Amino acid sequence: MTTSQHRPHPIRASAARTLAAAALASSIVTAFAHAQPQAPGRIPDTLEQRVAACIACHAPKDTAGARAGGVYFPRIAGKPSGYLYNQLVNFREGRRQYPLMTWMVNHLSDPYLHEIADYFAAQHPAVPSPPPSREPAAVLARGEQLVRRGDPALKLPACVACHGERLGGVAPGIPGLLNLPRDYVNAQLGAWRNGVRRAHAPDCMATIAERLSPGDVAAISAWLAGQPTPPGLRPLERAERRLPLACGSAP
Amino acid sequence: MTRRLLLLVGALLAALAIAAALAWPREQFVPAASPEAWAGTSTNIARGAYLARAGDCMACHTARGGAPYAGGRAMETPFGTLYTPNITADRVTGIGKWSADDFWRALHNGKSRDGRLLYPAFPYTNYTKVARADADALFAYLRSLPPRQVQNRPHALRFPYDSQLALAGWRLLYFKPGVFEGDATRDAQWNRGAYLVEGLGHCSACHSARNRLGASDDGLGGGLIPTIGWYAPSLTADSEAGLGKWQEDHIVQLLRTGVAPGASVTGPMAEVVAQSLQHMNEGDVQAMAVYLKSLPAGPVAAREPAPRPPEQVLEQGGQLYRQHCAACHGARGEGLGPYPALAGNRALTLEEPVNAIRVVLNGGFAPATAGNPRPYGMPPFSHVLDDAQVATLVSYLRASWGNKAAPVTSAQVNRYRAVPLD
Repeated sequence: MTTSQHRPHPIRASAARTLAAAALASSIVTAFAHAQPQAPGRIPDTLEQRVAACIACHAPKDTAGARAGGVYFPRIAGKPSGYLYNQLVNFREGRRQYPLMTWMVNHLSDPYLHEIADYFAAQHPAVPSPPPSREPAAVLARGEQLVRRGDPALKLPACVACHGERLGGVAPGIPGLLNLPRDYVNAQLGAWRNGVRRAHAPDCMATIAERLSPGDVAAISAWLAGQPTPPGLRPLERAERRLPLACGSAP
Repeated sequence: MTRRLLLLVGALLAALAIAAALAWPREQFVPAASPEAWAGTSTNIARGAYLARAGDCMACHTARGGAPYAGGRAMETPFGTLYTPNITADRVTGIGKWSADDFWRALHNGKSRDGRLLYPAFPYTNYTKVARADADALFAYLRSLPPRQVQNRPHALRFPYDSQLALAGWRLLYFKPGVFEGDATRDAQWNRGAYLVEGLGHCSACHSARNRLGASDDGLGGGLIPTIGWYAPSLTADSEAGLGKWQEDHIVQLLRTGVAPGASVTGPMAEVVAQSLQHMNEGDVQAMAVYLKSLPAGPVAAREPAPRPPEQVLEQGGQLYRQHCAACHGARGEGLGPYPALAGNRALTLEEPVNAIRVVLNGGFAPATAGNPRPYGMPPFSHVLDDAQVATLVSYLRASWGNKAAPVTSAQVNRYRAVPLD
């Protein structure tokens, strides 16, 4: 047998090796594994292959079962396409600040970004359970309260009012909030408070983030990070009710 | 005694002033053929729009996410930060009050409407070659843009670079206005290429070395762009990106689509392809290729024979290569499908290793162009590999499969990890 016959699939080469011993290999690898097996040494002409650079960070691939919570990079699989597209454009146009992302999308066209967003929106990998939370019960209770019911005294709507009762997001523009790294959620709410993350006007999340204290941000992210993703959770086709705030990104 | 000293100083100053006046770059004025040359006709505007693409005006005169041509992009230089001005037709903040002659003076003589000397980050050392008729068409186009009221941001240059006097001195040394003069012994295509490369294309702004005062030499012998951390390779040396031995249609393909067999553009050149070259017609890009290919091969810099990295580095580098790179670039660096070969790859073996280091750290996509609308991307490794690992890997790549370039150090990797990406 020659070495070339051993050549692994280009994208998954390193991930597959790491995961070979991991019990979760099947659920992770199927995330992006619908391409046909390739002839040795051939690079498939697929979108999956073209966006290998995205998958390298956004597909979970660490040995501990690859939970996204272990790293900063957010899950993008299964988020609504309109949301993903808006973010790609926001990085390109300077409404979000993460130099490596801006670098990646800097010279990509709108149609290509649409295609990339559609691709990831259609991926629904199985999600491992989150590790048990070590936060104090009072913090988790405050987080759950804000997520489920909001805080009328602070004029804070509940997260579920826009992001869906089950927090799976709403097509086309509202992302799901589960299975995201806690640091990532903290950073996004902080960025909105500081005005370095912006969305289309009226920027409802900027308004909300302004009303959140750092403690409330931490409570929300702590509670969200401990929630399992229900099997088969998908973004809703449309909002269940009128949004409590006007949002330029969710017409 | 004091009087004699004063007289002496006075005489010296007078002599200096006379010398400066004699050597002062003359302002050159060429009148417009007629007011029709810059009238807002659809023909003029379309021609001007094309020329603005050729000059890549929008790239610098637009802030990220900002209105096109409304300025505000920060240009980092070794002398401080310059902010590009608003060149939309707004009468207060843009060039709405300018005449076609004012515009010509800026492009050709490097002077603003109010007589202020302009900084050569605005590449008037190249644009001075632009013909008056083309300047007028450009002016007609810029006047047709929707006016945007965006206040210009003052430059933040260090002393003495912030003074007009210092700038006047610089111009005395390094700038002489003059429209492009064709070479009668060459054909029209060659001359067209030369006009575009040396003038609007301002290729030498990056592809030539700059001295300590920021003046570029005349050739296209390559240069490090220190503030943004990229090396623009020599277009004349065959060991770099010299075009002499390269097929003309491949050069044209690279410039118009961003990719060609064995090559793709990245960094600042990706921007040039995305915003400028892909919008130019094939004839013009072909002319540029013909001109570039005709340039005499630059002097071969005496490169010390590169020391071979220690066996341990080669072994560890090989391991990293097989783990992270071989699936796309091939087990022997031969390249697979759209992924370039690393064996014999000139971009990888440049004496200046910055581009190789940054490509490994940041990966990236070729620009999406009409000819390559869905580019393949390379993953970034900045968060996967530490400085020592990147140094080991790049040293391995530079010394394998016939490549013979010097190893790189962790310190070099660390320096370029810290250079902002944007």
